[in-house]
Amino acid sequence: MALNFFDQFMSPTYLGIPLIALALSLPWVLFPTPSSRWLNNRLLTLQGWFINRFTQQMLLPLNLGGHKWAVLLTSMMIFLVTLKMLGLLPYTFTPTTQLSLNMGFAVPLWLATVVIGLRNQPTVALGHLLPEGTPVVLIPFLIIVETFSLLIRPLALGVRLTANLTAGHLLIQLIATAAFVLLPMMPTVAILTATVLFLLTLLEVAVAMIQAYVFVLLLTLYLQENT
Amino acid sequence: MADRPVPVAEKRLMDVKLGELPSWLGTRDFTPNGLINSVRGGYERYYNKYINVRKGGIGGVAMLLAGYVALSYLWEYDHIKHDRWRKYH
Repeated sequence: MALNFFDQFMSPTYLGIPLIALALSLPWVLFPTPSSRWLNNRLLTLQGWFINRFTQQMLLPLNLGGHKWAVLLTSMMIFLVTLKMLGLLPYTFTPTTQLSLNMGFAVPLWLATVVIGLRNQPTVALGHLLPEGTPVVLIPFLIIVETFSLLIRPLALGVRLTANLTAGHLLIQLIATAAFVLLPMMPTVAILTATVLFLLTLLEVAVAMIQAYVFVLLLTLYLQENT
Repeated sequence: MADRPVPVAEKRLMDVKLGELPSWLGTRDFTPNGLINSVRGGYERYYNKYINVRKGGIGGVAMLLAGYVALSYLWEYDHIKHDRWRKYH
């Protein structure tokens, strides 16, 4: 039984190298460069298909100026999905459970969308702060609220990713411990718990992919507003 | 049958005899560039043998992931060995 359920989120060090370094460099290994052949191997074909579909889907709401971001957003999505799916393997470390990493992703990208909007079309960007059709009385209050909601976006992006993953991992560990402990005492309950664990693992797989997608999608939306 | 004698430096690792191992290690290139090249060479050998084949299955990637799990376990062993069944925490 784990002494402390939060131990899985500490990055252990071995020979002075933290495990997070290995975990962060593994996605690079799993996506090899396509060769100049017409038909690649199966792994590359699958990856290429997925990346094409995703990019096409993601670039729908953006106008031409936003298409410059295609490479960045696609690589973000691939990186986040791979990091999370790898984190679901036993004994591995998920770097995206660290708030510092997620904020490091969220703040610069969000700031870039805001600065681009303010630089290219300042009136339109500032105009987003006031939704159309508000009663005149509410205008000052609403501007403050909208500014605040604009400023809290990077925090929300980062914390959403961190919290979802951390909660998922903790749940898996708790239910797994419960099933393990109950097995000698009440086998039926243990089997029920094992079923719950199985379903939860499926959920985690889904959540991993969805969270990455949501992150990138929101960035595209912010970009769309500001391009 | 007597093979033609080959200098130690040119042998691959699997052909080096145990007694010759220190001298073989002495001929290897341990500069950062050499290390990077050896890692890249190893990766390309693995990739071309298991993944870049006409009908590759899940085995190539699965072996990589299993190795990653094992390496992570090794990395975290000092940390995990405190997780034991205890009566009182």
